Amino acid sequence: MTTAFRLPKGGRIDRTKPIVVRFNGREVPAFQGDTAASALLANGIHFVGRSFKYHRPRGIMSHGSEEPNALLDVDRGGNRREPNNRATVVEAFDGLALKSQNHWPSLTFDVGEINDRLGAIFVAGFYYKTFMWPPKFWTSVYEPIIRRAAGLGQAPTAPDPDRYAQRHAHAEVLVVGAGPAGIAAALVASEDPNKRVILCDEQAEPGGALLHDVTSEIDGVPTSAWVKAAIETLDARENVTILPRTTAFGYFNHNHVALAERITDHLRVPLTGLPRERLWQVRAGRVILATGAHERPLVFADNDRPGIMLAESLRCFVNRYAVLPGRQIVIATTGASAYRAAIDLKAAGASVTVVDLRLEGDCGTELVAAVHAGVEVLTNHTVIGSHGRQRVTGLIVAKLDGNGAVGAPRVLACDCAGMSGGWTPAVHLFSQSRGKLRFDSGLDAFVPGASVQAETSAGSCRGVYDLAATIADGAKAAGGSRAVAASPTYTSFQPARIMPAPPGQKPVKAFVDFQNDVTAKDIKLAVAEGFTSIEHVKRYTTTGMATDQGKTSNMNALGLLAGQLATEIPAVGTTTFRLPYTPVTFGTFAGPNRGDLFDPARVTPIHDWAVANGAKFEDVGLWKRAWYFPARDETMHQAVARETKAVRTSAGIFDASTLGKIEVTGADAAEFMNRIYTNAWTKLEVGRCRYGLMLKEDGYVFDDGVAARLSPTLFHVTTTTGGAPRVLAHMEDFLQTEWPDLKVFLTSITEQWAVIAVQGRRAREMIAPLIEDIALDDAAFPHMAVRTGHIAGVPCRLFRVSFTGELGFEINVPADYGQAVWEAVYESGRRFDVTPYGTEAMHVLRAEKGYIIVGQETDGTVTPDDLGLSGLVGKAKRDFVGKRSLVRPDVVATGRKQLVGLRTGDLSLILDEGAQIVADPNQTVPMKMIGHVTSSYMSANIGRSIALALVVDGRRRMNERLHVTTPNGFAQATVVEPVFLDPEGVRLHA
Amino acid sequence: MLENRSIMRREGILDQVAMPAEPSSVALRTLPPEARFVLRLGAGDATRNGSIAGLSLALPINRFGADASRLATRLGPDEWLLIGPDADAETMHADAARALAGTHHALVDISHRNVGMELSGRAAAVILNAGCPLDLGDRQFPPGSATRTLLGKAEVVLFRLADVPDRLGVAVPHYRIECWRSFARYVHGYLAGAAAEYAAVRN
Amino acid sequence: MLLIECPHCGPRAEIEFRCGGEAHIARPADPSALDDNAWAEFLFYRSSPKGVHAERWNHAHGCQRWFNALRDTMSDRILATYPAGAARPNITTIEAAR
Ligand SMILES: [Zn+2]
Repeated sequence: MTTAFRLPKGGRIDRTKPIVVRFNGREVPAFQGDTAASALLANGIHFVGRSFKYHRPRGIMSHGSEEPNALLDVDRGGNRREPNNRATVVEAFDGLALKSQNHWPSLTFDVGEINDRLGAIFVAGFYYKTFMWPPKFWTSVYEPIIRRAAGLGQAPTAPDPDRYAQRHAHAEVLVVGAGPAGIAAALVASEDPNKRVILCDEQAEPGGALLHDVTSEIDGVPTSAWVKAAIETLDARENVTILPRTTAFGYFNHNHVALAERITDHLRVPLTGLPRERLWQVRAGRVILATGAHERPLVFADNDRPGIMLAESLRCFVNRYAVLPGRQIVIATTGASAYRAAIDLKAAGASVTVVDLRLEGDCGTELVAAVHAGVEVLTNHTVIGSHGRQRVTGLIVAKLDGNGAVGAPRVLACDCAGMSGGWTPAVHLFSQSRGKLRFDSGLDAFVPGASVQAETSAGSCRGVYDLAATIADGAKAAGGSRAVAASPTYTSFQPARIMPAPPGQKPVKAFVDFQNDVTAKDIKLAVAEGFTSIEHVKRYTTTGMATDQGKTSNMNALGLLAGQLATEIPAVGTTTFRLPYTPVTFGTFAGPNRGDLFDPARVTPIHDWAVANGAKFEDVGLWKRAWYFPARDETMHQAVARETKAVRTSAGIFDASTLGKIEVTGADAAEFMNRIYTNAWTKLEVGRCRYGLMLKEDGYVFDDGVAARLSPTLFHVTTTTGGAPRVLAHMEDFLQTEWPDLKVFLTSITEQWAVIAVQGRRAREMIAPLIEDIALDDAAFPHMAVRTGHIAGVPCRLFRVSFTGELGFEINVPADYGQAVWEAVYESGRRFDVTPYGTEAMHVLRAEKGYIIVGQETDGTVTPDDLGLSGLVGKAKRDFVGKRSLVRPDVVATGRKQLVGLRTGDLSLILDEGAQIVADPNQTVPMKMIGHVTSSYMSANIGRSIALALVVDGRRRMNERLHVTTPNGFAQATVVEPVFLDPEGVRLHA
Repeated sequence: MLENRSIMRREGILDQVAMPAEPSSVALRTLPPEARFVLRLGAGDATRNGSIAGLSLALPINRFGADASRLATRLGPDEWLLIGPDADAETMHADAARALAGTHHALVDISHRNVGMELSGRAAAVILNAGCPLDLGDRQFPPGSATRTLLGKAEVVLFRLADVPDRLGVAVPHYRIECWRSFARYVHGYLAGAAAEYAAVRN
Repeated sequence: MLLIECPHCGPRAEIEFRCGGEAHIARPADPSALDDNAWAEFLFYRSSPKGVHAERWNHAHGCQRWFNALRDTMSDRILATYPAGAARPNITTIEAAR
């Protein structure tokens, strides 16, 4: 197979490395250094896909990341398949498999092409109006059609095999774009070795547009030599980081710029260990934007046929990739830069005609140069259409008369066409930096206005197009100067929103936004239907949406809209440029944060024992907590029934290490406790504990837990597992900002201590053999006391506390000893059949006693009184956090929800937590809901289901029958006291 | 009757964690159990006391001082982290408590709360920067620096120790990372993951 | 992501911090002396200016100290940071900070 359109010499491809890529199964010979686009074009393939709405045949339009048409499915092997890759930025390697998209059954014969002829229904706003009637057609007809039609390409189904990395980086100067302006800026900025400079560019090699400029010279050397020397200089400087294949896609606050680096996509076999992509979060002292400019397409009928490309892209393919995009080329233009393409194409052997809208007198030296080079030039000509279906076969052109009227059309046969409507600076990142754009009518473009951040734009992204001026501008942006002599650049152009066409031209599709299939007619229609704001027109027509973000479409759309509204572009304004500048993979955003590293999985010092003993785990915040310990074949319910019974009949052992723990130290520790908790602490004796309730300033319960006084100036405070960080933060906030005079220090000791809860009437007997220096009898060590001493030879803080209602101890030992002490206690308890239990049994046991769990019985709107805990509120205390709010009008009002117990009529029915409660199930919908279930379990100890609920005026409803929603209708339940077992608390003193 | 026994501190919470093949450009190792104390003390009182348990407290915020076996880090205006050998735990505590008697302070044993690791190598800073937002440049975070910060979703205390020679004898950066024990597997995994690519590239 | 100058630690990334809302709202010395409206005012009402705003920030993953910052809510520029308890710097307009 021959590559008929590859030139015998030239280009930046590596002819010593021939490769073969596949396109729809067909072998496409190419060279290392090709992109997918240049490989296809070298083989004469222009038609590579079908458009989004109309399924029109589309080709390769551009040579860069702005490509709207040539979206391919790319398979790099080994489950590395991805849709919607722009052919112009996919680097070719041997074995790369490309497929066209958005057609069925095949690219050349596509059923969906009918959409092109039914075009009338796909006009602007078709999403909003076409599918509205009749309503029942929505699910059966319209939605399936839209779902099939919407979106391009097929998402991969296999897991992504690649790694993704992330990095924070800091630089004194970040230069975005390694074209002439960016290189000049980096050279100047990095002269000071103390300045760290990052130079990033989206292309595989630095140089920007100079990579396809084979005729210009800078200071007497070819541009390629200038680039090479400059990059060598930069590379030799240790303070410079050059990042090719790296797109700056987001510009955030305080010069925080996100870059996506593509590391392995161009490699046939990625090196082991290398991530596929890396997200860089750069914090820069100064950002220099040298992001270049995009060429504008021309808007004329059927301007989207395969083979019709941007003029500068033709120049790029012929010079950089040594590919002749066609042999007979017509270039339609309204400006000078296209002449450079024409001359270069002619030099490469094509026959070239330039069709220029401008009058001969308005043209510059480019005209003479082109004619001299043998290019045919037709000035004062418009292009009004094209021929060909799957490949352009000719452009329809016409001369304009003295009044601008369109003369007789004629067809210029061609196999490839160029178009150039001038240039649009790439102001996307500047706009993201919140800088305000300014319309420059001389350039017919929006350019950066005043900067909001430490940022400077340089070169063609601010409309400086001449090569020497661009280099000087880049140097100036970096705070220096660099005067070079360079070949002149053809820059002038005459803006044309839409090419002049004969009046009454039949309905045509002249595309403004190729990717979203938006035509000039759509924009006219949007205005006719009353849309005048550019932001509304954008959404109604979808122009400039998705990955295009206005790169090729923006100025033409704005110009057309301004024309329709009979106003000027500055009055229309421009839409916001959204990030990302070009598409970024989800993998890059996720980075290493997946699998085991998705979240820290916090495990306790006793975790390994639980694993070895068959525990099932549940996630509590970031913690993995033992949920229950199933014996062989046991269900969760069976295991929990066994565990809860064991605690009530003999003893259980429970890992409570995740409880939050804080040391409150200092002369004012008790006063601090008084102010933070609802209850009083001053009189708590050393060696005693107290259950405390903590409110936020709004009066609602925030956290709870037991605190022990270890010395007059030292409290060991416990918090809920989930509340540990926020309670410490809450305490620190008050201490630092409201009461800085208090002599108190706070230290988190959550992870210093492993906590082993031993609960049940055998608890004392179990631990006694391990403890020598603490008297354990009821008199010496009563309920709610704390002692320090040793257990199994290691230091401990021993609490006599209970969250089960049974006699109980919580053994705190330094964490490294946790598992060994647990094993010793467990061993000691074997003679009592001690049973390890998990969080589920813990929940059931406390619910049997009506003990609340913050976050389950409370939801941030529950007061102590709502919970029946007003006894814990120190009314004699002058003040504590939340006190004043307890007499707020809505807090003292009647009709608040109060904590009650519920007994279902059906003993085996376990209500759903969160289920709503009504008084009368026969009332009309919407019913008046009077509460909800907060906790609900099967209690093996009581022999029936139990539930806690918050119910309006619950305490006044004792023995009332209420009705609770279930998946099968209402269930009856009776209101009872929220204590189901041992209301007198005798078991605590067993 | 169970016989009381002396229980050894557990060596290395990360014993079961598989280490990737050690890349030549970076070394990551976990540290043995050590003695650690949080010291909270008013800045004025610290100046008056000068040194405690053999460690000078007169340090700028986010700097540490060290002798052969112990170090003191100032993490905030009134907060120090003291670290020493496990065997010194009792003497360090007693020395500090004696020196601070009568002064408003907190001296809290957190020996078991934290886990220490060390990371060294030419690529050490960029590996840390995989999840740490700090500027780790030689001028911004030179040897002697230490601060609380983040690594991915975990809070860590990061120390820049004195440079050490690598296999070729070239001085390379050397860091100590402290985190709460339950985050240790995550922190280690994060660093090991970030280090993986340096096994693949030349150096 | 903001870059915030901690008064103790210098410039640090925003993810190390926690924002605590509007600054300079002192907790009343005797809340019980406030009527319902005055207490509601203290508890719930905050200003949200377009321009310079004094905010409480905590260097949660750093020195853990609370401090205040003046931030221009339009540009997100931070004009000053200062310790909790210190008076608000006399910057009322963005121009004044330049
Ligand atoms: Zn700080």
